[in-house]
Amino acid sequence: MNAHVEVAETDRAPGSHRSSSDRFKSYAIGLVFAVILTAASFAASSSHFVWGPSIPVLLAVLAIAQMGVHLVFFLHISTARDSTNNVLALAFGIFVVGLVIFGTMIIMANLNHNMMPTDQLMDMQRQR
Amino acid sequence: MSAVIDVASDESPMGVPLSELGPASARVVAGFGFWLFLLSDIIIFSALFAAYAVLCGETNGGPSPVELFDKRHVLIETSCLLASSFTCGMMMIAMERRQAGLVYVWALVTAALGVLFLRLEISEFIGMVHQGAGPARSAFLSSFFTLVGTHGAHVTVGILWLLLMLAQISTLGFRPMVVRRMLCFSLFWHALDIVWIGVFTVVYLGAHA
Repeated sequence: MNAHVEVAETDRAPGSHRSSSDRFKSYAIGLVFAVILTAASFAASSSHFVWGPSIPVLLAVLAIAQMGVHLVFFLHISTARDSTNNVLALAFGIFVVGLVIFGTMIIMANLNHNMMPTDQLMDMQRQR
Repeated sequence: MSAVIDVASDESPMGVPLSELGPASARVVAGFGFWLFLLSDIIIFSALFAAYAVLCGETNGGPSPVELFDKRHVLIETSCLLASSFTCGMMMIAMERRQAGLVYVWALVTAALGVLFLRLEISEFIGMVHQGAGPARSAFLSSFFTLVGTHGAHVTVGILWLLLMLAQISTLGFRPMVVRRMLCFSLFWHALDIVWIGVFTVVYLGAHA
């Protein structure tokens, strides 16, 4: 019975990989993608080729893509069965991060809107 | 390929039911536990990012983000961290092959790039304080120094940790315990780089967009 425990490994620690040649390839590919995406972000932030108001969206897309590249090629998070636990934890982490950031922004924008300077508020009430 | 086919079954690849496998190895448990810690650390950063996103317009008549941030400076900082993430990977490969000499070389390159990053960041902070743009000037600057400073503090701790690990490798050798700690360090270092992607996009490039 102990033999099974020794041999079978159904989970994989995040960051570990099958073989070291695979690992080198993964780091090299990750570095190339990360450099391209970083260069694209810096170029996009001051370019005139993109419609001005869309630049923040483009920057967000490039940043999320680069975070994905780092997760897959540097941290070796994959969809393989043996890293299901890591992916589930990551999914929950992303959920909480999204809740904190977007929740804060929505609530604070709403409060900001309701807390307009007193004279403006008086004007609005008089007009009613 | 077989792993893809038997996705639906609840048996491990060795033919043993999952319920009879017993606990996972210490390496997997330590790695997973540290992964959970990193995710909670990233949640701390998300709170700081939220504070920055809300407060970055509140300059109170002081300097605004566009006036303060130098994009070339940030590009050099970003390159340092990205390169150190790669050399950290090379260090882990050398460790898997038990090549102590190479581990030292890559670890020192990683630490040196981290120190260079910190030096650039501290000189930026000192320059801002001399300009009268210290953390007490406005809500925008308070949230800026908290967010970027927390990341800098993590990098400092990471460098100290790496130097400590070099001392452990030289005295204890590649024991399983030391190898596990190195795995955790590499996760920590890569996670810091992921946080930095958020920082340079939201704080520095967001100001110019």
